[in-house]
Amino acid sequence: MTDIQTFLTQNEEKELLRFSTAGSVDDGKSTLIGRLLADSKNIYEDHLASLKQLARKDETPDLALLLDGLKAEREQGITIDVAYRYFSTPRRKFIIADTPGHEQYTRNMATGASGANLAIVLVDARHGVLTQTRRHAFITSLLGIQHLVVAVNKMDMVDYSEAVFDDIRRTFLDYAAKLNVSDIRLVPVSALEGDNVVVKSDRMPWYHGQTVLDILEDVQFLTDRNLVDLRFPVQYVIRPHQNARYYAGSVLSGVVRPGDEVLVLPGQNRTRVKSVSSFDGDLEEAYPPMSVSLQLEDEVDVSRGDMIVHPKNLPHVDRRFEAMMVWMGEAPMDPSRHYLIKQTTQTARASIDHVDYRIDVDTLHKVDVPHLALNDIGRVALTSNRPLFHDAYQNNRLTGSFILVDYLTNHTVAAGMIIDRLPEDRVPMDVDAGSEPRASTSKRSSLVDPDRRIARYGQKPCTIWITGLVGSGKSAVTFGLEAALYEEGYSVVVLDSSVVRNGLSRDLGFSAADQAENLRRVAECARVLNDAGLIVVASFISPSEEGRRQVAERIGTDRYMEVFVDASLDWCRKHDTTGCYVKSDRGLLRNLAGVDYPYERPNDPAVKVATETDPVDRSVSRIIAVLKERGYLLARP
Amino acid sequence: MPRYSISHLMQLEAESIHVMREVAAEFERPVMLYSVGKDSSVMLHLARKAFYPQKLPFPLMHVDTGYKFEEMYDFRRRMAEEYEADLIVHRNEEAIAAGANPYDLGTQRCCGLLKTQALLDGLSEGRFDAALGGARREEEKSRAKERFFSFRDRFGQWDPKNQRPELWNLYNCRIGQEESIRVFPLSNWTELDIWMYIHREDIPVVPLYFAREREVVVRGEQLIPLEGQARLLPGETPRSMVCRFRTLGCSPCTGAVRSTAASVEEIIEEMMVERISERSTRIIDHDQEGSMELKKREGYF
Repeated sequence: MTDIQTFLTQNEEKELLRFSTAGSVDDGKSTLIGRLLADSKNIYEDHLASLKQLARKDETPDLALLLDGLKAEREQGITIDVAYRYFSTPRRKFIIADTPGHEQYTRNMATGASGANLAIVLVDARHGVLTQTRRHAFITSLLGIQHLVVAVNKMDMVDYSEAVFDDIRRTFLDYAAKLNVSDIRLVPVSALEGDNVVVKSDRMPWYHGQTVLDILEDVQFLTDRNLVDLRFPVQYVIRPHQNARYYAGSVLSGVVRPGDEVLVLPGQNRTRVKSVSSFDGDLEEAYPPMSVSLQLEDEVDVSRGDMIVHPKNLPHVDRRFEAMMVWMGEAPMDPSRHYLIKQTTQTARASIDHVDYRIDVDTLHKVDVPHLALNDIGRVALTSNRPLFHDAYQNNRLTGSFILVDYLTNHTVAAGMIIDRLPEDRVPMDVDAGSEPRASTSKRSSLVDPDRRIARYGQKPCTIWITGLVGSGKSAVTFGLEAALYEEGYSVVVLDSSVVRNGLSRDLGFSAADQAENLRRVAECARVLNDAGLIVVASFISPSEEGRRQVAERIGTDRYMEVFVDASLDWCRKHDTTGCYVKSDRGLLRNLAGVDYPYERPNDPAVKVATETDPVDRSVSRIIAVLKERGYLLARP
Repeated sequence: MPRYSISHLMQLEAESIHVMREVAAEFERPVMLYSVGKDSSVMLHLARKAFYPQKLPFPLMHVDTGYKFEEMYDFRRRMAEEYEADLIVHRNEEAIAAGANPYDLGTQRCCGLLKTQALLDGLSEGRFDAALGGARREEEKSRAKERFFSFRDRFGQWDPKNQRPELWNLYNCRIGQEESIRVFPLSNWTELDIWMYIHREDIPVVPLYFAREREVVVRGEQLIPLEGQARLLPGETPRSMVCRFRTLGCSPCTGAVRSTAASVEEIIEEMMVERISERSTRIIDHDQEGSMELKKREGYF
């Protein structure tokens, strides 16, 4: 093999790292970029020279040339915008999205950061961490960049002082603790003198970390990709002839292989991948960010905007969602009108439901505002006219992002990052916890003394909370228990999904948030009935431990008794009469406990019913025995 | 390479293919500008990959000034056949008939008539709403700020102060009546990437890129090829010299460089030790400070 062929083989296989730089010209950003561009070129030449056994003449890189270009740009008032620059080392190719520090910084930084794996934020060692530094770091974090390099520049102007650097490091890390960036490194540099940019400086022996270029070459960013959740939005349908269909698109996340069982959203069609095709032949697998085309086994109706996914790993399919938005339009947001929303390969209409708050980027405080204006960042709730297939931006940058387009001017007016609402949905009662006194401890003004009710009904009111998977036999136990208690002369009420969903919670859907709200209403209802002296048998899947704990607290833990109806998922599937599992398998139902939503088995139920082995009447007798044991059921006269 | 890693060339390829498919899906009448050069060769190859096994879903358009090299015309014919492409050749016949040439008009005015005007007329005649071009951000200062999807008003003009922000892989393809979008799928490729990809994929390019003996005159820093109706300035004498072309434009305005690189490998090797930026052999860019930004505003690619 000749030298050049060795070189080519090495260089054709190298990785691509995209990074953004933020900071003003005064911070020495241009010098830093100039230094990277010039010195990396030298590295390249050295590399080739060593392959070819040639000596290379030493030259001082001419940073001035590049600097002049940028300065001229600024002075002449030529557009200041995101500019892209390129350089390579023998190990990686780099794309720099260079964003100006001042003018339109939010819009430009967000644009530059959107595709980046890493961000470099510049700090002038003489000035330390400024408001601007905080802004840059915040936007980096908002756009989901996991690797942040803070280049503390102009160390030559502060005598390469370790104390100065340490002070900046402490201040910055204090601030960054509030951000969501996993990998932060601070590097003391002098871009002008070349210290720690490409070559390790001997003027700062106290610094033991890597140089900027070492970090750029070493940072492990491929693991930031999501290889778990297959998301393949169909971009274009290729029809080479009458009977063939190739669904072209980019693998946004996950891995797809021939033979995979897949679902084509929004339909319910399940089929298999026949081939993963490309011009270079069929592939064994495709993964991000490859652009390929898929052939499917069955004739299904698929068009642009549909999404091919694995049936057991679905994105959210929802018209309503919340997002952090960066407003980029010259005209402020008008919540009274609709916008076009482009998300993956879908374009739909969206309206603004409300603006939760605007973030003051300098202080990170939340500010109440009616709308967002140019360069504002805020949390917004939106509704689209068609369901969007999305994930939280945090889990998936390409299915969690969208842009808004003004359909009158066709301008791109906003960029959005969808928020994962699940953690909050699981604790909905905490949201209003501050505004409302806890039910069980509140004073009531009833003139009827609770003891008199106990005496009249011959029972201490309580709620028997029956939890378990769909099809586990909750209903049989529930109605068996109701009948048995009634027959023994007790006063009892049943609350279950069929009762609640047809009336009280008719307005709710089955999103995690709606399910949590449904439980809150049920708990309120049970509390009122208990207060009135009645026994409540409540039968709900209630999959999360936290959710059940909150129900218990709302009702009053002293009158809450948990019954766990336990059956294996297979048994439940076989005995299910509701059709839930079938619908879930077809992608028509999401968040089904045990399938695509976790069911957390109760830690310490008062009674555990083993449906697969215990007959219903025996289970009912056991529950009644425990109720008596705990003093809820007084002896009948 | 570790599992699920992807080389920079494959990433660039995937990005370009994504952009081309987006164009085919979102626009009614897209066209691909074909300039016969190496970037066009790469773009054509990528387009074939993007829509395989279908034929290209858009025609190619060559804006022909009549001053191209003979070897370019030969190559164009060959490629149109090989890719079974629908090739439109558009010329500003009126200006050509009137004898427009860079010697009498100056390069600015000549380009304005034979390239910019011809391009705008060609696009409007074909009622094309999107035109794919092979420009790369690395080539020139003003291109560094260019978007993948670059909006042009109904006069084909670029407003660098009013560009649409471009985030993730979400491209705003909305336009009004008579407005259009220029699309640059090769935005993130460098000259080195282009050559490495040509090498990797074995893509045919015009032989003018490879060094051999050619008749030229030395004009300042430039080697001007003797082709077609090339005119000599007083005192200039043609010489035979081993040289090649780094970029291909019109023969009177494209300088050759002294080089012995006669294969793709040798070109790459030469580039690695070459400090001169690629477009410095294009005469038009040096006419006026910031000339590219000016031309782009007027509608040039």
